[in-house]
Amino acid sequence: MEKYLMKGNEALGEAAIRAGCKCFFGYPITPQTELSAYMAKQMPKRGGVFLQAESELAAVNMTLGAASTGIRAMTSSSSPGISLKTEGVSYMAGCDLPAVIVNVQRGGPGLGSIQPSQADYFQATRAMGHGDAYIIVLAPNSVQEMADFVGLAFDLADKYRIPAMLLADGLLGQMMEPVSFSDEKTDFVNKDDWAANGHKNKREHNIVNSLYLDAPTLESKVQARFEKYKIIEQNERRCEKYMCDDADILVTAYGATARIAKTAVDHARQKGIKVGLFRPITLYPFPRQELADAAKGAKIILDTELSMGQMIEDVKLSTNCTLPVEFYGRTGGVVPAPEEILAKIEQLNGGLN
Amino acid sequence: MSVIFEKPKALLDVTTHYCPGCGHGIIHRLVAEVIDELGIEGETVGVCPVGCAVMAYDYFSCDMIEAPHGRAPAVATGVKRANPNLHVFTYQGDGDLAAIGTAETIHSGTRGENIVIVFVNNTTYGMTGGQMAPTTLPGQVTQTTPYGRDVKTAGYPLRVCEIMSQLDGVALAERVAVDSPAHIRQAKAAIKKGFDNEANGRGLSIIEVLSSCPTNWGMTPVKAMEFVREQMIPYYPLGVYKDVTKKETR
Repeated sequence: MEKYLMKGNEALGEAAIRAGCKCFFGYPITPQTELSAYMAKQMPKRGGVFLQAESELAAVNMTLGAASTGIRAMTSSSSPGISLKTEGVSYMAGCDLPAVIVNVQRGGPGLGSIQPSQADYFQATRAMGHGDAYIIVLAPNSVQEMADFVGLAFDLADKYRIPAMLLADGLLGQMMEPVSFSDEKTDFVNKDDWAANGHKNKREHNIVNSLYLDAPTLESKVQARFEKYKIIEQNERRCEKYMCDDADILVTAYGATARIAKTAVDHARQKGIKVGLFRPITLYPFPRQELADAAKGAKIILDTELSMGQMIEDVKLSTNCTLPVEFYGRTGGVVPAPEEILAKIEQLNGGLN
Repeated sequence: MSVIFEKPKALLDVTTHYCPGCGHGIIHRLVAEVIDELGIEGETVGVCPVGCAVMAYDYFSCDMIEAPHGRAPAVATGVKRANPNLHVFTYQGDGDLAAIGTAETIHSGTRGENIVIVFVNNTTYGMTGGQMAPTTLPGQVTQTTPYGRDVKTAGYPLRVCEIMSQLDGVALAERVAVDSPAHIRQAKAAIKKGFDNEANGRGLSIIEVLSSCPTNWGMTPVKAMEFVREQMIPYYPLGVYKDVTKKETR
């Protein structure tokens, strides 16, 4: 397969077009801007729509409108812009609309920094807007996965009628790596039974809506959605395990941090330390069972993130706090060197002996 | 016996939730009559606001979307860009369109989106019980201007058609009213012009409809229509503010 040297943001854009994304609605913000620029260049040439909105609010609601007609639509931003998009994502979740949202995370809170961060984990997995709702969250850790996971996000969104997010970070968005694009065609789901795309006098009118003034009706809608979440949690957990089988120390990390942690694990192994890496790929649904299994033989878990510790809550929940869970994180846009994580591994290993 | 008057087909045969004397019933009917006359119901998507017309999706028989507060023009933009063959309209109130959705309104206008905006100005947030809207008149009493709207603290009303008429992407900006049979006929003609612009790719059409809210104004339906005529129309003059199909506009 042909290889290209591309930035993560651009590879994501190319893969989205190949996955049948027909509409992209953007708004400039570092470090995701290359994605908008790529779509602006490519979409008109390839039969798609690129539109720069007046705000993140408008961009996400344009996405809502386009997705309502049954086509594949995507929007992207970085952390502060994602906060604005949460309104639209909550409505999309309430309307059971499939769409893809990309967050190339940067430091926060507030305007924060433009450097890589993973401080939006809580937002992505717990609170993409108000109300009882979840969205699928995929966490790539390479330029290749930035490309591979877009098609997956669209497929899962369509399959379950749910918004799906690619939770990347400034490191993955900005760095260049060789990438190849799968030409596998996805099966497009027929959406005519619910999409607002003109009834052509052949069916009842379709309504895309999240309002149910009758409380028991809304409750039953939410409960039905949670039945769907159960199926998603059952079927769509994804993770990568690296040298977990005999590990005394289990490192947990996702996204770019998992790349750094993997190097630290390799170095620690060279020093004879029994350490492995567990990388969640789906953050929602979190691979709880897989982590619990991987942690069975371990004595301690080291969770590492580009934040003050957010995924660590899911790590503790997955293992029911049966193991001590230590944490090492940098935040605000600071990225740790593998040696920092290695030092923490060595320190923990010293405590075990 | 021949039928000489019936409910438009683009309106479903359901009971609406609107108050007695509310203008929404008239305006819904006008939009539906236009859709019927153009024969476009099967290719039309309507976008509802947040506000009194939020449940218009249960009344219009075309496909419908319920947008977040103020975002109807953005949602409509997404629909139209995704499928340019669809006829797309939004139906919005003054709080939705001229306060929280000002940016979406202005920018859909300046982009020249081929959509129709039916903007119902009744000077109040009706759904939440009658608070000050961006179009509440100076001195007008509402729940949040209990001593009358004091422009020194609450600012001045927004004249939407005048603003929209300044935008290059706007094809039609026309203010009409539904306080009299003659005005109602003009209102329908304006809405039809809007759908014609949309179908012919001339850009965005906004039809501002001055309407009544007897419940929140604390008036009888008849008195409320008099308020439209005597208080609103002098502040919001009726007329064509921009029409790209005509050389001379107001």
